[in-house]
Amino acid sequence: MTNDMPFWLELIVSALLIVGAFFLIVGSIGLAKLPDMMRRLHGPTKATTLGIGAILVASMIHAGATRGYLSYHELLITLFLFLAAPITAYMIAKAHILCDRATEAELTPTGTDAPWSTLSSTEEEEKAAAEETAERA
Amino acid sequence: MIEIASLVAIASIAISIALNIWRLSKGPDLLDRVLALDTMVINAIALTIMIGIWYATPVYFEAALLVAMVGFLSTVAFCKFVLRGNIIE
Repeated sequence: MTNDMPFWLELIVSALLIVGAFFLIVGSIGLAKLPDMMRRLHGPTKATTLGIGAILVASMIHAGATRGYLSYHELLITLFLFLAAPITAYMIAKAHILCDRATEAELTPTGTDAPWSTLSSTEEEEKAAAEETAERA
Repeated sequence: MIEIASLVAIASIAISIALNIWRLSKGPDLLDRVLALDTMVINAIALTIMIGIWYATPVYFEAALLVAMVGFLSTVAFCKFVLRGNIIE
């Protein structure tokens, strides 16, 4: 590591590293400690957005200070993770609801005549998939 | 000062990965384990970037991007497999 950075820049990079590390460990403690699956899903999102985001910004500033030019390509990882995190959370939540039939009874009512869209589409989809496989066979 | 902050960050990332491994081995459900693996990939990205900051090279950026993409794809493929019993239909 090189030590030719001005003090205020070192201070910013160190603060961002500490903030990122704090959020990463908060996310993992949440994953380990929270009582059920849907609540556990809530913890690591902080690690994904704030933790990785702060560490990547620290990496950008550090690279800009040591190499003389600011590197923007760390923002690519941030952008990719911001796009990917909701999709993974959605997939895990949907798979959990559909896998575990006991959780369907625990879902709060929607307040309208329509049921939960995740559940209402499944029977038709299953019927269509069964017809499709029957046609293929 | 950056050395101390980096060491603190690397230590807390290591503790996070240990907690994720604990959840991965204990997790009562299959999807708990998928979620623990996804969080472990996030922590692995952070650790890769910390190595890049420590040695002050841009080489580790590509590794971090690849780890991010592989983690996202594997999580989505795993959930798709749990949902439908098939990845590409």
